[in-house]
Amino acid sequence: MMSEVAKPQRYSTVNETVMNMLNKPSFGWWSIFVVDLLFLGFGIFCFMYQIYTGLGVAGYSHPVLWGVYITNFVFWVGIAHSGTLISAILYLFRARFRMSIYRIAEAMTVFAVFTAGLFPIIHLGRPWNFYWLLPYPNQRGLWVNFDSPLVWDVFAVGTYLTISSIFFFIGMIPDIAAIRDSVVGKTKKAFYSVLSLGWKGSNWEWSHYTRTYFYFAAFATPLVISVHSVVSWDFAMANTPGWHTTIFAPYFVAGAIFSGLAMVITLVIPIRKIFKLEDYITIDNFDCMAKMIILTSSIVFYAYLTEFFIAWYSDNKYEYDQFLYRATGDYALFYWTMMFCNGIVPLVLWFKKIRQNLKALFIVSLLINVGMWFERFNIIVISLSNEFEPGSWGLYKPTWVELGITVGSFAWFFMFFLIFVRTLPALSIAEIKETLPVPKKNGDSHYE
Amino acid sequence: MSNDNQNILGIYSYFDLFINSIKELRKKGFENIRAFSPFPNHEIENVLDTGREPSKIKYFTLFGAILGALVGASFTVLTSIDWPIVTSAKPIVSIPPYMIIIFECTVLIGGLSTFLGLIINSRLRKNVPPELYDERFSNDKFGILVNCPSSDIEQVENILKNYGSEEIKIDGASVIAEELVEPKEEKLDEGSTEEETTPDQEEKNED
Repeated sequence: MMSEVAKPQRYSTVNETVMNMLNKPSFGWWSIFVVDLLFLGFGIFCFMYQIYTGLGVAGYSHPVLWGVYITNFVFWVGIAHSGTLISAILYLFRARFRMSIYRIAEAMTVFAVFTAGLFPIIHLGRPWNFYWLLPYPNQRGLWVNFDSPLVWDVFAVGTYLTISSIFFFIGMIPDIAAIRDSVVGKTKKAFYSVLSLGWKGSNWEWSHYTRTYFYFAAFATPLVISVHSVVSWDFAMANTPGWHTTIFAPYFVAGAIFSGLAMVITLVIPIRKIFKLEDYITIDNFDCMAKMIILTSSIVFYAYLTEFFIAWYSDNKYEYDQFLYRATGDYALFYWTMMFCNGIVPLVLWFKKIRQNLKALFIVSLLINVGMWFERFNIIVISLSNEFEPGSWGLYKPTWVELGITVGSFAWFFMFFLIFVRTLPALSIAEIKETLPVPKKNGDSHYE
Repeated sequence: MSNDNQNILGIYSYFDLFINSIKELRKKGFENIRAFSPFPNHEIENVLDTGREPSKIKYFTLFGAILGALVGASFTVLTSIDWPIVTSAKPIVSIPPYMIIIFECTVLIGGLSTFLGLIINSRLRKNVPPELYDERFSNDKFGILVNCPSSDIEQVENILKNYGSEEIKIDGASVIAEELVEPKEEKLDEGSTEEETTPDQEEKNED
């Protein structure tokens, strides 16, 4: 796991590479951006239509009153997890392969939380009352119910958004200063000067900076585990069959990291190609990521099987019936898509040839994204549609409004991402320089 | 920085020359040194920070985390007692769910306080006289900034030059070494310098 930056470059090459990424956007970038905005516009239109018409335009019908919106919420919170995993947990473990990709992963985290945070609001019948979730006393002096998992969610996701954004920003400060020092144009210079907070790179700053980074990593590590545990308890605290199990927290955390890693690979492969970052993001880096996917996919697959085992071994009729229904009922196609994408497909990554073949890896990562979306859909919708009483069983079908908003949410996420790669340092300049051999007058050096 | 003190800055391309200069300066008793580098490096820390106070960030982190835990605990408990209403047949003050809120508040306030600690401790805005900052420090150059009494400036300048600084600035005035003074091998190894290594120093610094 000790892969490093591939070729020894000069320090100035690293700066040049990042500055090149911030050059005037090409026609290609603009066309992708405009298409993205069109999709986003359609999503916004769908949401406005839903506000105007009422939540009836979503496919909710008794008994399934949590559908695609909550699926999207859990999906995007999950995506948000691997960024912090890569930037914090792998930092604490000193895994050097994180160096080249962690900035992109962190950006993905922050933007995914931006996206996830929208869905509980979209899901509301009266979205303008979303502030009822915030901890403040209402007109009668009554505070929020701290026993409710939904309030835990507000605290967990809110904290996660704040901490991961600051972590993302702290990591960028020295790199923004580097951009400030070589960017031309008054407005740009002013923009990066403000963002760099006056960073000068003196030993004083670095020594405080490295400590700060370490403590943030130490905070973010348990936080990332707590957040998806809390999200899983949104379900596990209810007594619905299929939800009410104790394995939910670790199962969700592993699934979140699994889906996040897949999303990082999906994003990094095109960026590496477009910006010609082959010298920085090496095949070895992808190999390590793929190995982590194998690990998390094994945990997730094991959890899928354990759910069945528990359903059978617990001798709980409702639980048993729920899982039988998942595998053979109305939504069986979705269930087996999930099993195939998350359990079977990642098995190909045991072969080194596939781990190191970016095309294959890209396809695998896309399939995992699909599989993980269906996992959330299955857990939420199938469990609700087949609860205790046969009289209250029912089917749910997403409507075009829900799918439109889902597409819009992807566009929203990519919009931030497209802006990010063109305005902020997508590679960590300082950390990549750390891995290069230092220039020495006496002795080995890459400076001739 | 008192008024009769001056700042002098030496710029380096090579890391070993840079480190040796710092060692020599500290040996000569110059303690008010600031080193610039494009990335954090343990060697710089070792030569500069030995015998100095370690970073105070940890106190900010600890204080923030404890404050956060207290805020989380008192927030949940006091608001529940303020309007006692039984939900789900659980006690008014039910500790297990509150642990989650307490944990999140610990991380939130601890993190914010750590960030505040970074800004306060490194005095990001004004830790270096801006005219002596060189934009190449974020790219590929290393720098040493010494603050010393005006009478010592010449001595510091000689040390910097002899140890391979390519460019020297004294409070705004910039001097580029005409030819790079090669540091002698044995001098680097032993780390001992004699004063008479500066015979060929002309008056290069136009104050």
